[in-house]
Amino acid sequence: MLFLVIYPILQTLYLSFLSPSGEFVGMSNYNEVLNDPRMLNVAGFPKWPPLGALVHNAIWVLIHLPLSMFGGLALAIILRDVRGSSIVKSIIFLGMVTPLIVGGVILQFTFEERFGIITAIFNILGVEQLSKTWTAYPQTALFALIFGSVWLWTGFSMIVYSAGLATIPNEYYEAAKIDGAGPFKTFRRITFPLLRPLNVVVITMTILYDLKIFDIVYVATFGGPGRASTVLAFEMWRTAFRTLNFNEAAVIAMLLTILTMVVTIPLIRYTVRR
Amino acid sequence: MKLEKALLKKLIFHVIAFSIGILWLIPFLGVFMASIRPFDEIFRGWWTFDRFTLTFNSYIGAWNDPVYPLSRGLLNSFIVAIPSTIIPLFVGALAGYGFARFNFRIKSYLFLTVVFLMALPQQSVIVPLFQIMNNLRLIDNYLSLILVHSAWGLPWIILFLRNFFSTLPIEIEEAARIDGASDFKIFRKIVLPMSLPALASVVVLQFMWVWNDFFLAKVLIYEESMLLATQRVEYIGREAFRVNWGVLTAGSIIVMIVPIIIFVLLQRYYVKGMIGWTVKG
Repeated sequence: MLFLVIYPILQTLYLSFLSPSGEFVGMSNYNEVLNDPRMLNVAGFPKWPPLGALVHNAIWVLIHLPLSMFGGLALAIILRDVRGSSIVKSIIFLGMVTPLIVGGVILQFTFEERFGIITAIFNILGVEQLSKTWTAYPQTALFALIFGSVWLWTGFSMIVYSAGLATIPNEYYEAAKIDGAGPFKTFRRITFPLLRPLNVVVITMTILYDLKIFDIVYVATFGGPGRASTVLAFEMWRTAFRTLNFNEAAVIAMLLTILTMVVTIPLIRYTVRR
Repeated sequence: MKLEKALLKKLIFHVIAFSIGILWLIPFLGVFMASIRPFDEIFRGWWTFDRFTLTFNSYIGAWNDPVYPLSRGLLNSFIVAIPSTIIPLFVGALAGYGFARFNFRIKSYLFLTVVFLMALPQQSVIVPLFQIMNNLRLIDNYLSLILVHSAWGLPWIILFLRNFFSTLPIEIEEAARIDGASDFKIFRKIVLPMSLPALASVVVLQFMWVWNDFFLAKVLIYEESMLLATQRVEYIGREAFRVNWGVLTAGSIIVMIVPIIIFVLLQRYYVKGMIGWTVKG
């Protein structure tokens, strides 16, 4: 543990302050990386990607988090009283056990011009821009990856909320029914408040997933075209093992580490309080 | 009248539920169809069925790929995943039992370590890890992967098993101790047999985690013949100017079939482990 986790983190931190030749250069690597368009592309702003890895990860969270969280909650509620729903749950959960590298291939295929079903549907609808291979165009590549990750990850929040629903006693619902509460009110007054503790878990795990996303980007778009779908984890790997600049890679790694730690604090506080 | 309405509502819910299930399955179905049909048939969409020819050529092609045969990839993945599961399971069970029975204060530290590790991106350690392994001449050696996977898996396994062991009734162990059994004998003959469900959860989660990993393998293994199954997905069926989707989809299915079979067979343990370490903490 100490040798394979703690020491490497400290070493990464140390490397991030050194120049490639080993001199101490303070924050200059950070300066370099944060002003690099591959991280934050200010010039591209009014238009679409590439906007830089930091922004792409933020967009990822903004789209992926609400979709998979509320999608999973809705699925958990719909499937609660359905007989045979365990099969449906298993299908939705398949995305969680599929290797992400394969998940990337599947989403690339699904958004492919001639073979993919999504592009075929847009073709029938007459939306020409969306009937081309999504992963091949800078306007759509990032979104193909994000929607693909929603498909892969929604099973997580569904399973967590399903486990939460199973702990709510049926008497609560019977009492609400006797009092004449409708389904919406029952949800707002009983289901949602009782599931609220689980939100911390779902939100934290989902943002962590979004920050660490690597495999599907690597295999489906390789961060491209150009840098239109690059993300932090991918940019870190490319800087370290393609450009062979370990110091700038260490900076990206530290940024990623700081972000994940910040995201995790609420989860820690929540569990420690209990 | 009221009964009819309730029935109708139930029916609608069932229809919605199963439609969603089918909808979710479609990407898998597409890849599956592309893998079992010849290229010229899926060219106009895998959902067209005016002709349907079943062929396993793509599977044979992916399995025996001239440069990156998946047969070798699966073997390599098993060679890495099995010890990377058994080692932390064994160590984790011993340590978890120790923490459950002999030291009660460790829990919050252990918990923080687990959360910390779960949050930590692999990127934050990968450069020094690569340098260490390079200095130890362990690049292109599965020992490096096995070590790293064991180290990352161990904390949550300890915590998970500790929590499980503390729910076991201590009276049985005390009775055995009065009968003169040693601590280790109690652990082996009484605690472990009672813990099979928890051990199964650990095996399933850890094995899948290692099998599905791509990033660590990508950085630590380069030799062509040693590439793991997930690493071969990026090469298989990718020809110079086009993608051979038949071979690529067949290869992808071969790689994912292992975790999916495990999930289908041991779903109960997988979900229990998952919920256990995310929800209950």
